[in-house]
Amino acid sequence: MDQEELDRAAGCRHWLVVGGMVTAVLLPFIPLIIWSFARRWFFPALWPTEWSGRAWSYVFSPGSQVLPALLNSVLVATAVTLLSIPIGLTAGRAIGLYRFRGRTLVQFLILAPTIVPALAVAMGIHVAFIRYGLADTRLGVILVHLVPVTPYMVLIMSSVFANYNPDFEAQARSLGARPWQVFRFVLLPAIWPGLVVGSLFAFIISWSQYLLTLLIGGGQVVTLPILLFSFANSGDNPITAALSMVFIAPALLFLLLSSRYLQGRSAAIGGFGKL
Amino acid sequence: MKDRLRIPLLLAPALVVVVVFFVGGLALALLQSLGYMPIIGRYEVSLDAYRAVLRRPDFYQSLLLTAWIAGVSTAVSTILALLCALALRRAFRGRRIATFIFQLNVPIPHVVGAVGVLFLFSQSGFLARLAYAGGLIREPADFPALVFDPLALGIIFEYVWKATCFIGVILLAVLLSLGESYEDAARTLGAGRWQRFRFVILPLLLPGILSSSILVFAFTFGAFEVPLLLGQRFPSALPVLAYRSYTDVDLNARPEAMAMSVIIALIITILVLGYMRTARWAAGSGQS
Repeated sequence: MDQEELDRAAGCRHWLVVGGMVTAVLLPFIPLIIWSFARRWFFPALWPTEWSGRAWSYVFSPGSQVLPALLNSVLVATAVTLLSIPIGLTAGRAIGLYRFRGRTLVQFLILAPTIVPALAVAMGIHVAFIRYGLADTRLGVILVHLVPVTPYMVLIMSSVFANYNPDFEAQARSLGARPWQVFRFVLLPAIWPGLVVGSLFAFIISWSQYLLTLLIGGGQVVTLPILLFSFANSGDNPITAALSMVFIAPALLFLLLSSRYLQGRSAAIGGFGKL
Repeated sequence: MKDRLRIPLLLAPALVVVVVFFVGGLALALLQSLGYMPIIGRYEVSLDAYRAVLRRPDFYQSLLLTAWIAGVSTAVSTILALLCALALRRAFRGRRIATFIFQLNVPIPHVVGAVGVLFLFSQSGFLARLAYAGGLIREPADFPALVFDPLALGIIFEYVWKATCFIGVILLAVLLSLGESYEDAARTLGAGRWQRFRFVILPLLLPGILSSSILVFAFTFGAFEVPLLLGQRFPSALPVLAYRSYTDVDLNARPEAMAMSVIIALIITILVLGYMRTARWAAGSGQS
């Protein structure tokens, strides 16, 4: 074989890998999209024999269970995100800017929830939540969602603060800036991209939680994944498919918004491990 | 002097979350696994629940299945991710769109991936219909069972589908930040394709491979929703078994459920710590 043939073979292999990869990523979405518009689609038909907008009109009809679940999901994920921002800002600042005794231990402790599964934590804390009236409530679900969200928010914010120079704050202060002015005009612009990515992460991680919501919400706090699961188990494929599409909408939005920040930010991408 | 107070104050909110909810939750799980449940009037502490769990044959079957799922998913997705990241590093037409698609399913929730796998791989699913159209099968039962199957292939498909992209995106980021200079240096020294991969790229990627694959292993070992949706009823993955015991109407099953989830947490922690130590050792000996 001469060099040209070798190159062509390598090119073919390359396209095989890329083509296979693209197909494999997209393949599971195809039946999802088709099912959401199908009425009758029995084996062995490759294509639905009857189409229908029933699933989609159910999803968006005011009387369905979907809108309350959507509202719950948005409320919980927004509250978790808003709570996680000050948590991430403060701890991120301490870990990113300062070297102190016990720093490694603190980092280890804060990162531990990324490794230890939520199951043991949720089962254990359930008793305490029942005792303090937090079980079966939205507040309880929000609090317990902070467990998987906090490590990633802190991780992202501490990598942001590692590249932040606090001397600018001192300069602003010496020029007469008040604390809130320092925050608004010095700190916030510097950390803004990281804060956006971290918040998107927090939202998506909370949005995707199933087990924690199921255990602590006890079937009383019905979020989208809880509803999706019950439809998937009931075997109503069109509605399951349509709900799945609604459920992934924020994830796609997230990807579009954050793709320019995400490249090369491996610490941030680590957050996806929990989804 | 001021920093002495400032740092604990800055750390306080995050530590409150982690210590109260995470450490507190684990401690309560441990207490309840020892049978300490004041809520139903049980105050004595014993290892009975652990003894009972370790006597259950279905515990070992579930443990084996879970280890199989996590091991195979992690190994397969790590290898595929390496292949994809290497392929996406090269300049070619359509690389931007291919990279975008590759990142696409990283933020997709596992539940949706599981539904997609179900519609795709079940015996009356999309692939079975394609097989029928191609004349390979005559009825759904002819199609191999790929979901609710004893080998948990459906669960593994879903994990590989997500984890390949997760690990791949991280490896791609590392590769792009490295640039080509190391390889160019190796090339001018006469290293061939395989040698450049084995002695230049792979060692540089190793930290990324280890840290991302350990996250995948820990997740797939302890995750619950995908096995619940795609797994057969018996034996079920360990977290599903623990959850079923937890929701059992018999309150006496609760300590056993707690014991199982403590055992899961313990296994993962030991494996991760051992793995990290080995990785550090391997990285250290690789450098010298």
